[in-house]
Amino acid sequence: MTDQTTNSIAFVADGNIPQSPPPARETGAVKWIRANLFSSWGNSLLTIAAGLVIYMVLSGAVPWMWNGVWTTSSLSECREVLAGEVGACFSVLSERWNQLLFGFQYPSDQYWRPTLAFLLLFVAGAPVLFFDLPRKLLAFTAIYPFLAFYLIWGGTLMAPIVAFLGVAAAAFVFQTYGKGSFALGFFGAIIAAFAVWFVGGALIPEGASEEAMLQAVPSRDLGGFMLNLMLGVTCVSLSVPLGIALALGRQSNMPLIKWICIIFIEFVRGVPLITLLFVASVMLSYFFPPDSTVDLFLRVVIMITMFSAAYIAEVIRGGLAALPKGQYEAADSLGLDYPQAMRLIILPQALKISIPGIVNVAVGLFKDTTLVSVISMFDLVGMIRGPILASTEWAGVYWELLGAAALLFFVVCYGISQYSQWLERRLATDHH
Amino acid sequence: MSELAIEREIDRTKMSVSDEVAIQITGMNKWYGQFHVLRDINLTVNRGERIVIAGPSGSGKSTMIRCLNALEEHQEGQIIVDGTELTSDLKNIDKIRSEVGMCFQHFNLFPHLTILENCTLAPIWVRKTAKKEAEELAMHFLEKVKIPEQAHKYPGMLSGGQQQRVAIARSLCMKPRIMLFDEPTSALDPEMIKEVLDTMIELAEEGMTMLCVTHEMGFARQVANRVIFMADGQIVEQNEPEEFFNNPQSERTQQFLSQILGH
Repeated sequence: MTDQTTNSIAFVADGNIPQSPPPARETGAVKWIRANLFSSWGNSLLTIAAGLVIYMVLSGAVPWMWNGVWTTSSLSECREVLAGEVGACFSVLSERWNQLLFGFQYPSDQYWRPTLAFLLLFVAGAPVLFFDLPRKLLAFTAIYPFLAFYLIWGGTLMAPIVAFLGVAAAAFVFQTYGKGSFALGFFGAIIAAFAVWFVGGALIPEGASEEAMLQAVPSRDLGGFMLNLMLGVTCVSLSVPLGIALALGRQSNMPLIKWICIIFIEFVRGVPLITLLFVASVMLSYFFPPDSTVDLFLRVVIMITMFSAAYIAEVIRGGLAALPKGQYEAADSLGLDYPQAMRLIILPQALKISIPGIVNVAVGLFKDTTLVSVISMFDLVGMIRGPILASTEWAGVYWELLGAAALLFFVVCYGISQYSQWLERRLATDHH
Repeated sequence: MSELAIEREIDRTKMSVSDEVAIQITGMNKWYGQFHVLRDINLTVNRGERIVIAGPSGSGKSTMIRCLNALEEHQEGQIIVDGTELTSDLKNIDKIRSEVGMCFQHFNLFPHLTILENCTLAPIWVRKTAKKEAEELAMHFLEKVKIPEQAHKYPGMLSGGQQQRVAIARSLCMKPRIMLFDEPTSALDPEMIKEVLDTMIELAEEGMTMLCVTHEMGFARQVANRVIFMADGQIVEQNEPEEFFNNPQSERTQQFLSQILGH
């Protein structure tokens, strides 16, 4: 001990004090347990109580899963195998996995098609979600919707090609005329797309789908988790741009556009999704020409997209409102015009603020796709409630089926949530 | 307010005022709702003039210079900037905005872009300059404001004084013929005020037409060729700085000067 404590002010150290390990009770697991689990009497009691609850849950669940039966062909066989012991009957998953994933009407020799579309989804989504990847990959993203459509629905190759040409024509018209006048470019693009679709549709010979390379699968044969994923991906990717447009429209100086957006948002937000879905399945056909058969899948996509776009619009409006007025003024004072200011300055910041809200809506939307089961579409929940639980073999297997459904949804939603947290960290520029 | 001593000798060789008119305001009036903020403003600014606008807060001085690039709309009167009349025509407004640089009290840098991107954005998108050329230009002006080494950082990592100098460089990248400063040093710590004022003095030495709303009376005294005093939405007095500070005519000006220079 050096003499720092005497009354004299002067002090010089004698040499270096050597490194020494900290006392055992202040390191490692012991310290962690003391600090986090048993730091006081109250906390110790809570730790013990929580341990008991965890033990009770696990002691029920682990044997149930451990003893699970995977190989029988009905619930009664499961019960025989288990002979009174506790155990799950996972056989329903191993026997009906194809129905859970693809629905019960999708031709089983064609399962490779939606599977391939699913795998390609990652390739197409990567450049959008991870913007450090080379921008050239976006070309694949642009053709992916048409490719996926062709893979899943099959039929004539002409249909996706005509659809693609229509969109390409619209993009070309907008690029050419949109610079001079936005309205001319916008409406010209819509007219161009419909013109190509109309002419192209007329050129596709009748019955082309019957001798097509890929067997045509009608929408009513789609089902299972595939249907949830298709609805989720389509509706999220359509409703984000639509939501941005609605949010900007709501702030517009042009009264007509502003009021259209306000009425749309307030109306759609004020109506339950289930109502919109019933409208899609039953009433929407009244609004189309009598002989037109607008696909039920398309009608549902329109309704869910409208619904979530209204929510996303409000989330983005919050982001826009959070930006300081100075950002708009700085953009203006540099001479940027409205589209440039929005695209380069305002939206990148507003969307960044809105990420948690948009992800919230996206996750909610994805889970809400199970509501289509009430309008008799056989999505994952529809499959479980309908064909599987109604069958004589598997009536009564609730925990295993719904647990598996919950797990599938959880994996996707947790993935979305992790992505959004990564994105927020990646976009943070306020410190190093 | 601080009377900041500007130590170095100011080079007045290029700071001559030409006869060419840069800004002409005639009979301008502006209202916020029922409130009459700007009352019958008449002002002619020649090319090369360095004008400091002073006055108590709420006197409309910021509003007036914000009218010059249509960040605020005026309801009556005529504003001609660089030969173009400010009307509600968006083409004219964009043309004027790309000729008139502006610096704000709170810098208003774009936080999601690097310093370099902040500076190249407008040249690339408004002037259609090639990216490489715009970057060279940006580095030139960043060197001029003495922070080229910060080019790849984000605004949030810079000090206030550095941010304001970037904001000046960002405006200069558009090669403006007129610069507007809206209280550029009011949000800064005292030791950072000087670095920003130095940058502004250099600009003045190069003959830039400048309108500054500021409380820096030292700057006004040494750099401005005209000081305008505004109160209650009107121009109360204007004069050369020497006369303005030593021999103010109106009672309102005397009162204001005694308050800000009194201690």
